[in-house]
Amino acid sequence: MALLEIRNITRRFAGFEAVKDVTLSIAAGEFFTLLGPSGCGKTTILRMIAGFDAPDEGDILLDGQSLAGVPPEKRPLHTVFQSYALFPHMTVAGNVAFPLEMANRSRDEIRRRVAETLALVHLTDKAAQFPHELSGGQKQRVALARGLVNKPRLLLLDEPLGALDAKLRVEMQVELIALQREVGITFVFVTHSQQEALALSHRIGVMREGRIEQCDEPDKLYTLPANRFVADFVGRINLMDVEVAASSKVLLKLKAAGLGEIAATDLRPIAVGERGAFALRPELIRVFGHRESADLKNRFEGRVKELLYLGDVTLYKVELQNGFIVEALMPNAASGRAKFHEVGDPVAVCWRQDAGVYLRN
Amino acid sequence: MRKPEAMPAARAQPADRSKWVVTLPPTLFLLAFFLAPALIVVAASLRDPGEFGGLAPWPAHSFDAYRFLFGDIIYLEIFARSFFVAALTTLLCIVLAYPLAWLIARSPARRRDLLVLLVILPFASNFLVRIYAWIMLLGPANLLYTPFAVIAGMVYVHLPFMILPLYTNLEKHDPALLEAAQDLGASAWTCFWRITFPLSLPGIFSGAALVFIPVLGMFAVPELLGGTGDILIGNLIKEQFLENRDWPLGSALSIMLTVAVLALAGSAAWAARKGLHGTEAVT
Repeated sequence: MALLEIRNITRRFAGFEAVKDVTLSIAAGEFFTLLGPSGCGKTTILRMIAGFDAPDEGDILLDGQSLAGVPPEKRPLHTVFQSYALFPHMTVAGNVAFPLEMANRSRDEIRRRVAETLALVHLTDKAAQFPHELSGGQKQRVALARGLVNKPRLLLLDEPLGALDAKLRVEMQVELIALQREVGITFVFVTHSQQEALALSHRIGVMREGRIEQCDEPDKLYTLPANRFVADFVGRINLMDVEVAASSKVLLKLKAAGLGEIAATDLRPIAVGERGAFALRPELIRVFGHRESADLKNRFEGRVKELLYLGDVTLYKVELQNGFIVEALMPNAASGRAKFHEVGDPVAVCWRQDAGVYLRN
Repeated sequence: MRKPEAMPAARAQPADRSKWVVTLPPTLFLLAFFLAPALIVVAASLRDPGEFGGLAPWPAHSFDAYRFLFGDIIYLEIFARSFFVAALTTLLCIVLAYPLAWLIARSPARRRDLLVLLVILPFASNFLVRIYAWIMLLGPANLLYTPFAVIAGMVYVHLPFMILPLYTNLEKHDPALLEAAQDLGASAWTCFWRITFPLSLPGIFSGAALVFIPVLGMFAVPELLGGTGDILIGNLIKEQFLENRDWPLGSALSIMLTVAVLALAGSAAWAARKGLHGTEAVT
């Protein structure tokens, strides 16, 4: 049985639906992420799970029991807030002890659990300090410790890494994964950063305008996006408008205006003449000199319009004959040189038949 | 009068000099109109009273005023009563002001300004006029000239001085802290006592200082609303200067009041700091 079940919840605010008929099931021990742009309803869902808000329709169940009417303080789950919301008048140890005191644990147990949890987040030496004396990353870890110390059934995390600088954020991501594995508590994580979602989660629910667009494992989400929005929101991608020219079992021929035919694969039965989009990840495209021959099914000529040297990779923006600008990422390690082609060079972009995905409109 | 080139630190940093320019006038003002009169009062308390008020001509001086003051238990009683009235007024102000300040701080931003305006609106009319209004209110109820009337008047006059600092403090509280506390298992009551109240202590302290000290010196309220047994130090001091014409005794009383207030404020600050360190040591 799922630990948390969200059944057809809808939430309306003055004239608009923030959450529209969302159904989700989260298993015990899972690291689940709600990903979406700001205003997509992900924080509203989190607040409804925490009990600060209630759905207008539908139900939320924890361990098979409805949470309707249960106030936040009675729910066996804790939240890590984006602003951390550490109590400024309490020390680090006082903050972490708070949920245990609320649960009426014994003095000895509180002391032991606080020490254990602070050790878990590497803050043992900061126990007697006040929040204003800590750095951003340390505050973040106190907030995590406070959320975890009473071993909740579920830990909700609302953009907890949003206030950290880029380098620290990556460090905290690594710590967060290790921490979740160590404590075995189910995490429901909210973020607008697709990179964060991909790096951390077992499963991701991508949201747009109150709906879940796709709910899948990170690699499935990345390689097999369900629609244009998911394809575009998660990672870099080339999206080309196409019309289906031929379809036979696995093979698909797609016609792109002014370009010719693209060979692709798809297991679904697709009608000839259907319009959709062809989605192709930049790192699956190879860029060759226009005279070089490539043993790849798809080959289109164009001209390098821009290139960005990014250290490990080079991003080429190649303008095809129909004016479409395709982005290609080429690793720099393979060659001794930093660059293969210069701006203005005629080149050919190539990819395997199974590299891209056809998306229905 | 000001000659920058005559200043010894002519080569000082511009920021240094402008700091002086800004702080010098208020410093001079305080020296001239606060410290000097205070010293004059100290000096006056050591002189002899004049035959028709004022002070006796110069060399005559004595400790008579202090001897008299400490020789009669009635003065100690009035001091004790004054401190009791001030403490009670402060406490009642806290109890009454807290919900109001909280309500204002929790109101939508636009309504907040209006409510604050309502709190300070009474200042627009004269203080004595408002006390006379209380005479009309309390007279028919047979409560005039009673200790109750004095306390009611004191609380009424000083309530805004408690509401404003409390509101300023409560308004700054981050609502996320209460959500966090609730999320971690605290009931509404626990949220208040563990989060809101401790964080509002600085507001309570500044409000208490703004109420307690003026109440000690207040003579108009007990004079207009109180009975013969309700006089406080303020009345006593005023009497010495205006009716008894014993300036040295009035001065000595003023000094004793100042010393008592400073001692109280000092020990409160000391206790607060010690309490803070105490909590640090515990957690």
